Amino acid sequence: MQVGTLLAGPVGWLVIGYLGSLAVLLIASFWEVDPLSGEVVRNLSLTNFQTLIDEPVYRTIALRTIVIAGLVTVTDVLLALPIAFYMAKVASRRGKALLVVAVLLPLWSSYLVKVYSWRTILSENGPLNWLLDPLGLHGPGFGNVAVWLVMSYLWLPYMILPIYAGLERIPNSLISASEDLGARPGHTFRRVIMPLVFPAIVAGSIFTFSLTMGDYITPRLVSNNQFIGNVVFNNITNDLPLASAFAVVPILVMIGYLLVARRLGAFEHI
Amino acid sequence: MRVERSAPAGMAWLLIAGLAVFMLVMAGCGSSSDSSSSDELTEVGAGEGQLNLIAWAGYVEPQWTKPFEQQTGCKVNAKVAGTSDEMVQLMRSGQYDGVSASGNATARLFEGGDVAPVNVDLIPNYETVFDDLKDQPYNTFDDKPYGIPHGRGANLLMWNKNDVTPAPDSWDVMLDPEKAAAYKGKISAYDDPIYIADAGMYLKFHQPDLGIEDPYELNDEQFNAAVDLLKQQRQNVGEYWSDAAKQIASFTNENSTVGTTWQYQYFALTGDNQPMSASPASQGFLPKEGATGWSDTWMISNVAEHPNCMYKWMDWIVSPKANAQVAEYFGEAPAQSKACDFTTDADFCDKYHAADEEFWKRVYYWKTPVADCGDGNSDCKDYNDWVQAWTTVKG
Amino acid sequence: MRLSRRSTILLRLAVAAGLAFIYIPLGILVLYAFNSSNILEWPPPGLTFDWFPRAIEDSGARDAFFTSIKVACVATSIAIILGTLASLAVARHRFFGRETISFLVLLPIALPGIVTGVALSDTFTQVLGIDLSLFTVVVGHATFCIVVVYNNVIARMRRLAGSLEEASADLGADPWQTFAYVTLPNLQTALVAGALLAFALSFDEIIVTTFTIGAAQETLPIWIFANLFRPNALPVVNVVAVIVILLSIIPVYFAHRLTREEGGTAATRGGTIEAEATAVP
Repeated sequence: MQVGTLLAGPVGWLVIGYLGSLAVLLIASFWEVDPLSGEVVRNLSLTNFQTLIDEPVYRTIALRTIVIAGLVTVTDVLLALPIAFYMAKVASRRGKALLVVAVLLPLWSSYLVKVYSWRTILSENGPLNWLLDPLGLHGPGFGNVAVWLVMSYLWLPYMILPIYAGLERIPNSLISASEDLGARPGHTFRRVIMPLVFPAIVAGSIFTFSLTMGDYITPRLVSNNQFIGNVVFNNITNDLPLASAFAVVPILVMIGYLLVARRLGAFEHI
Repeated sequence: MRVERSAPAGMAWLLIAGLAVFMLVMAGCGSSSDSSSSDELTEVGAGEGQLNLIAWAGYVEPQWTKPFEQQTGCKVNAKVAGTSDEMVQLMRSGQYDGVSASGNATARLFEGGDVAPVNVDLIPNYETVFDDLKDQPYNTFDDKPYGIPHGRGANLLMWNKNDVTPAPDSWDVMLDPEKAAAYKGKISAYDDPIYIADAGMYLKFHQPDLGIEDPYELNDEQFNAAVDLLKQQRQNVGEYWSDAAKQIASFTNENSTVGTTWQYQYFALTGDNQPMSASPASQGFLPKEGATGWSDTWMISNVAEHPNCMYKWMDWIVSPKANAQVAEYFGEAPAQSKACDFTTDADFCDKYHAADEEFWKRVYYWKTPVADCGDGNSDCKDYNDWVQAWTTVKG
Repeated sequence: MRLSRRSTILLRLAVAAGLAFIYIPLGILVLYAFNSSNILEWPPPGLTFDWFPRAIEDSGARDAFFTSIKVACVATSIAIILGTLASLAVARHRFFGRETISFLVLLPIALPGIVTGVALSDTFTQVLGIDLSLFTVVVGHATFCIVVVYNNVIARMRRLAGSLEEASADLGADPWQTFAYVTLPNLQTALVAGALLAFALSFDEIIVTTFTIGAAQETLPIWIFANLFRPNALPVVNVVAVIVILLSIIPVYFAHRLTREEGGTAATRGGTIEAEATAVP
């Protein structure tokens, strides 16, 4: 079949439909807004970007979002590695099947209800403090820590699955060879397994990072802090150009992230 | 199999550049078409069979929409909006017939040309709506009514009796930096730019030299004072709430002990035997500064596809029985004076001060802040400034 | 892999901790579906079955559920077609900009949902003048679902020797016959796996949906979102969530069966792992 025929559909859809929409958003970020009605006035100007640069609160919010997204990603890597490793290389066949189902199942339960469940857990009189109280400890309550915990929770399956698939691809003979040559498990893990599974980790991190960066519902439910998504969401009605301008921040960050990820070979592992 | 690297980046840029040009052209052509058919209806005809509404959670429930559908043949499709901003946004899509707009949305909808005036002669039940809800600045523009009052409520000061003693009689327990510090992390404030008005109202009482008349009409100096006050309050706020369920859970779980609330949450919590209290009768039911509040209005879109059904709805929702049902369900004072005969709780109207004009005189209803604040000067902060300032308050 | 006893125990502990982290919040969610009070307090004051009939009778929830199924089915179908086409092109042909395709396909899911949502809704309403509806939701969902199909299929295509297709062509089959009788049967399991993931993504999506859905429609996540903020509806929402989890066991089980059938290699590999694991001294 001709390449052109094959590509016409998907490329047409993505370029005209998707990149086209992004272009509309970008153009809107140069417009201005009529103060009262919130109607967009189509004058090209840089005022929105000027506002974002001049007002320190936007920098704080952008930085907070990116830092939390990074923390969530690291946490998910640390949580996912042992589970994925156990699934791929240690568990019996039945155990493996069960674990795959166990990891997939949470993906089917509503995201919102899970966040609400965390609200209950973290609340002042909630189960966490109920458990910790006898030990003289106190939970983190609502705030950045809560956002970090809940996001790490929500996106964990998106990290486990690519790492598991990446580990499955490593032939056991390679590991045996390393062991036969006298490497201890730790050494084998660091020198043989990690380099091979690293692209898969990067692949998973694309999801955890971008999903954290774009979420505005979780921060609203378990903290008082604003994230990039909240500012975009809050301004859509009244000041679409400003919202669009702020949306450019995650777009640039993610495009940079993807370019690096591709260089690291992550695209084969998604 | 080795793949030689063709120039992918070059290709991508070419595509994007081409697209950008294409979109610029498209955007230039597709300018918005303003259809300003803002004539009011002269007669209500047969229903169109459908009705698309935007409403606050709890305003459109089966108990009173089912009978409406049976009587009129208008099937009600309701979209629940979480904030006034969302309501404005949804109305702009032109897909809805009407909206239950609060005062901080009505002027924006009017200015944006999204709503049409209402011919109240076609709404028989309008006659007996409480007089102090008619012809208000948030529902009447250019001397024409732009909606039907639905119900109203005040933002109460609520506290947990076990934790907050003595019982406060002023908002200073939340807003005075020193007093509020005693409840650091336990204060619950409303999460919306309009909350700046609460600080404005507080300053009007405590710093008369600022010269604040109306907490929604603030000039530079007054506005900055209000915003600064809220930034100080931020240090002590435990939670900004935007929906009732969230705040109820917070007070139940002692994440919050004092805050601004709606009657609904207060009665839900006391109904659950939680140790909550709000300003008692001895304080005129409101803190000494007064309170902000809301009065919601059903407005009709000026591009409504189902105007007859919308008129039937506006009449239905202020009919005594339906208005009583919605008021009790949501927890607000009904707009219909005759609704008080239909509430299941005989004391309902008393509890919510439905007919208590003295009470409502001390309530500053939400309205949209505009630059032109009445005196011919346009030196007031407009809603856009409020939104941006609110972002900086929350940080 | 040969692990020392201590490492095995540590690994097991880490896995147990990870699973606890995943399942404790789900357990709480299930518990509150039986909460006798409609306020979220801990511990629940009592347990009741009352919310189940309420949830099943709730026509809003039922309609929203079927709307979600419908949207997910259509979006998944579009994603299957577009994803397969793109992967066939990339796996079997060389052309200018080939490397860019995987980037392009990945972009919609890698960019935050709010960006995709706002961009699409603006384009529909402001530029194209299309009213928001289920159609626009499907377009949004299909856009970010293409990538999961694409990746599953392209991984399979890489493993699949091109010589099979060449042989088919040499034997006189036209490209369509080769595709229908040689390529497609080999892609089947990859397609189903990709489709299931796409379906799950679409089914629980809320952010893009919020921005692209029209006046009179509700998908299940939108219904849940609305009802979380509706007075007195919390336990019903929890019940609906529990029912969805229970129903989701069907597709997950199906996927599991499928991967098991996926050929003996995985099974024998599993077998050797088992042998290795038990051989630990």
